[in-house]
Amino acid sequence: MGVTPESLMGLVIVLPLASAALLLLAGRAADRWGHLLGVFAPAASLLVALVGLVSVLGRDAADRVIDVHLFDWIDTGGFSLAAGLRVDPLSLSFVALVTFVGTLIHVYSVAYMAKDPDRRRFFAYLNLFVAAMLLLVLADSYLLLFVGWEGVGLASYLLIGFWNDRPDYALAAKKAFIANRIGDVGLILAMAFMLKQTGGLTFAEVLGKAPDLSESWALGIGLALLLAACGKSAQFPLQSWLGDAMAGPTPVSALIHAATMVTAGVYLIVRSGPLYAATEGARLAVAIVGAITLLFGAIVGSAKDDMKKVLAASTMSQIGYMMLAAGLGPIGAAFAILHLLTHGFFKAGLFLGAGSVMHAMNDGVNIRRMGGLAGVMKVTWATFMMGWLAILGIPPFAGFWSKDKIIETAFIGEGWQPWVLGTIALLGAGITAFYMSRLFFSVFHGKARWDADLHPHESSRLMTWPMAVLALGSVCLGWVLALVGFTTWLEPSIGHAEEAAPVLAAPIITAATLLLVVAGAAAAWRLFAVREVAVLPPAAGPVVRAVRADFHQDSVNDLVLVKPGQALATGVALTDTYAVDGAVRGVGWLTIGVGRVVRLAHNGNVRSYAAIMTVGVMVLVAIVFAGGL
Amino acid sequence: MNAPPIDWFALAPILIPLGAAVLAVLLEVFIPARFRRLVQMSWALTAITASGVWALIRALKPADEAVSAVGGHVLVDPLTLFVQIAIALSAILAIIVIADRTRSGEDAFSPQPAAAPGSPDEEEALAAKLVHTEAYPLVLFATGGMMLFPAAGDLLTLFVALEALSLPLYLLTALARHRRALSHEASLKYFLLGAFASAVFLFGASWVYGATGTVRFLGIAEQIQGQGLGADPMLFAGFAMLLVGFAFKVGAVPFHAWTPDVYQGAPAPITAFMAACTKIAAFGALLRFAYSVLAYVTWDVTIALWTVAIATMVVGTALAMVQRNIVRMLAYSAIAHTGFILTGLVAFSAEGISSTLFYLLVYGVATVGAFSVVAAVRLRSGTLGAGALTFDSWAGLGRQSPILATAMTLFLLSFAGIPLTSGFVAKFGVFAAAFSADAMPVAIVGIACSAAAALFYARLIYSMFFAEPAEALDAGERTQGLTNITIAACAVITLALGLWPAPLLDFATKAAALLP
Repeated sequence: MGVTPESLMGLVIVLPLASAALLLLAGRAADRWGHLLGVFAPAASLLVALVGLVSVLGRDAADRVIDVHLFDWIDTGGFSLAAGLRVDPLSLSFVALVTFVGTLIHVYSVAYMAKDPDRRRFFAYLNLFVAAMLLLVLADSYLLLFVGWEGVGLASYLLIGFWNDRPDYALAAKKAFIANRIGDVGLILAMAFMLKQTGGLTFAEVLGKAPDLSESWALGIGLALLLAACGKSAQFPLQSWLGDAMAGPTPVSALIHAATMVTAGVYLIVRSGPLYAATEGARLAVAIVGAITLLFGAIVGSAKDDMKKVLAASTMSQIGYMMLAAGLGPIGAAFAILHLLTHGFFKAGLFLGAGSVMHAMNDGVNIRRMGGLAGVMKVTWATFMMGWLAILGIPPFAGFWSKDKIIETAFIGEGWQPWVLGTIALLGAGITAFYMSRLFFSVFHGKARWDADLHPHESSRLMTWPMAVLALGSVCLGWVLALVGFTTWLEPSIGHAEEAAPVLAAPIITAATLLLVVAGAAAAWRLFAVREVAVLPPAAGPVVRAVRADFHQDSVNDLVLVKPGQALATGVALTDTYAVDGAVRGVGWLTIGVGRVVRLAHNGNVRSYAAIMTVGVMVLVAIVFAGGL
Repeated sequence: MNAPPIDWFALAPILIPLGAAVLAVLLEVFIPARFRRLVQMSWALTAITASGVWALIRALKPADEAVSAVGGHVLVDPLTLFVQIAIALSAILAIIVIADRTRSGEDAFSPQPAAAPGSPDEEEALAAKLVHTEAYPLVLFATGGMMLFPAAGDLLTLFVALEALSLPLYLLTALARHRRALSHEASLKYFLLGAFASAVFLFGASWVYGATGTVRFLGIAEQIQGQGLGADPMLFAGFAMLLVGFAFKVGAVPFHAWTPDVYQGAPAPITAFMAACTKIAAFGALLRFAYSVLAYVTWDVTIALWTVAIATMVVGTALAMVQRNIVRMLAYSAIAHTGFILTGLVAFSAEGISSTLFYLLVYGVATVGAFSVVAAVRLRSGTLGAGALTFDSWAGLGRQSPILATAMTLFLLSFAGIPLTSGFVAKFGVFAAAFSADAMPVAIVGIACSAAAALFYARLIYSMFFAEPAEALDAGERTQGLTNITIAACAVITLALGLWPAPLLDFATKAAALLP
């Protein structure tokens, strides 16, 4: 087999993985050059990925899905599975996003983490994340995907708790890990169902046989996969970890908790499209979960004063849009991926901007103590503005091309569904405009509210350049992808969708969206730029208090998951102590007792032994006779 | 009566050790004293290796038909060959341990076995550093008997083989260098009780002959089927007494009482040899007897076997639990293992045969390994040496000789049936065979006993690694290191068969195929 561009894709994963291993094994010896290798690895992956991308770009639809066999992985009597890669438009889109944004964020981190004594370790984890994420999206079977899935979970845990000398940060890492584990159960369950029903775990086998699945099995697998996606993508009801995950260094928030890892759930749903095509119920569940989360995230984002937590809530909400779209079938899936890409750019840009502001503010994140930074941090302000306009969906910025399309698609369908989902999506756009504008104006405009002894300054070039590149993406990526027919190019991966008209005319939807967005932004302008912002959060009614506390999500989790879990653990522990240990001890004491009694007969006298034997002979003969009767 | 045709090639694995033994007696006379140990050791190893390899080559030949080597009195089939290979392997490993001695030339054997313990004669012999190498020819004779035991096709050949393997063992038991009185006592006990069991066996054979008019296994089976003797009380009594003979040799309850005394009294390398090889040979013979004769009787003979198996497991485990002496613990554990092996045997299925055979080889290797560690410790004259082999005295062995203690731990884990050791695969095999043959009670008792047995194995591991020694340990004089070869080989085999049991399982399955 000759070397084809697709067969090189394994290298994309191996490069950052090798770099991570080297950086971890070399230890302190690599402190001086560790970050350089750390940046080189994803950059090299990016180059290889571009080669693969270019080779697939111009092909016919039928040739755009390539399965690459790597090695025989599992071979037991009844089941065998090869480790292989699926190189197709969907995975290549992800590979391009992960390596490109990843490389920029690595560059940014060189400066951002410059003063940290453990910078090398940070880069090792970051490389590990990139490798795992690429494995996740390139795998050709659910099992190999699961390896990557767990890998990104591990990297996420390590990076959220990177400053684990702070107990609350370590706790946040643990929370993220456990919430993800709940989702992982879903993926394991789904794989068990698949294996039982289709006999295989590769995409080709499972998705090929998906139409033949019974309705109830398809529903079961679909819901289990949705649970997995909810855990990884911080969707309702497993969303509570994402806000706390902001404890990690800001580049981590940008790469893992905004641009890439948290979108793995969307990838999983879109990749499993044929499965969801076989079950209306699970498909609708995905859409509803997305709708709930997009509203939930947007409302929570409006009440947060922590800059990074606003962005986290926004991420949650935007992924809600993607889930909603993914739940609409092939017609929405293309826009889900499109929004995923544009979001990856503008949200990473926003996070990097936030990191730059934090540098200036001496790691302060409270937007009530900022304001007026536009004057001192011109580049940060300008790039942040591009991201802000993009997420608002102002034409021609990136969000307009993807989010508006999702809103439009949400209005397609019959019965109550388009009206409910469409309205939520529309409403979400207005709230998004409000809270993002609130963030933008509070940070960069209005009166300066920071302490007098702070001297805000623009960040170094290593940080501003990546922000600029991402800002360029925020401006251009939407119309560029629309122009080249990205959604059509994706078709071999996600299936072809028939054109359908929304229940309202498309121009009306667009106009309504823009109207709501402008209204939201204007309200924010009046409240947070024109009027003075209170340094301390004003007293509020019960609703706002509830929103500030994430709708008491942690208490709900406590009640629904933690308390029953603890009760179960206590029960198991008691059962173990009394029932299991009791049985074990019982057997032990019983045998010892028997031993003590029987030992009396073993007195070392050969005559007693002979007597025992004689009795034994008689007993044995008696038993043999008894058996014959 | 015409002499039956003799298939010398099929008989070779039996004849080689016997012939070599006779020659070894001559060597003992003609070789100068200082070369004797080397020559005898090499000779014994060569003979048994040749015998084992011969059996192996025959076994590997595809589509091997059963051969009746001497007119049906000796049967050479895959079962025989498998057992012979297992015996040869264990014997080779044991002989290496027998040959080991300390740097100053003390081996495990008495310099003057005939002298009364503690007498001036013995003192003199010790002072003169006399070395007696009769152990090697005796081991060769015993091995020859063991090779014949599973091949015997009639009750008389079986008896001859039984005596051929037993008599040398009685002698070998008396040869211990240290604690001579205990050694003599053990030998006498073994002999008396062995003679008693032989008498019962012979008596049983005469009843069976009386009932069927033949001593050949095939003939007895034919008579049972043809003459409708399936429920003949005379046959009942005969079979019961024959079972006693087997039960004595494998050490099954209630014919087990000699085991701990003999294991403790005999020189440790001899214990390693007989604990492994005798059990393999006796079970091989019992398998043949049970599957080619007992399988045809119409009354429920399994009840008797079940009773013996359950009693053996329970008593062995219970008594091992209350032992303070390591060798006695291992002896009772050997009894418990007899019960486990019987669990596979009572399945009366092809699976039962193959799992029993697999268990035998695995158990034989681990047993040689465990007793080799005991031998290595005993051979030294340091704190741990010749004296008491109690659990307490082994405290701290893990620190003093980590490799020895680790190897011992591996063998104990294998005895306990912990996964990744061969013992797990073996136990799983016999219990699975018993379950699928509806011998549910035996299997359940087996599982309970093997769970309880883990306790005393773990206790020794605890002693070696975690208990504080009462006094500072003195490593004593080091050995020449031969024992380490055996220990290493046993450890490797135990681990390898735990990780990769499939080839041996296949081999054992093939060995089971030709039985009726």
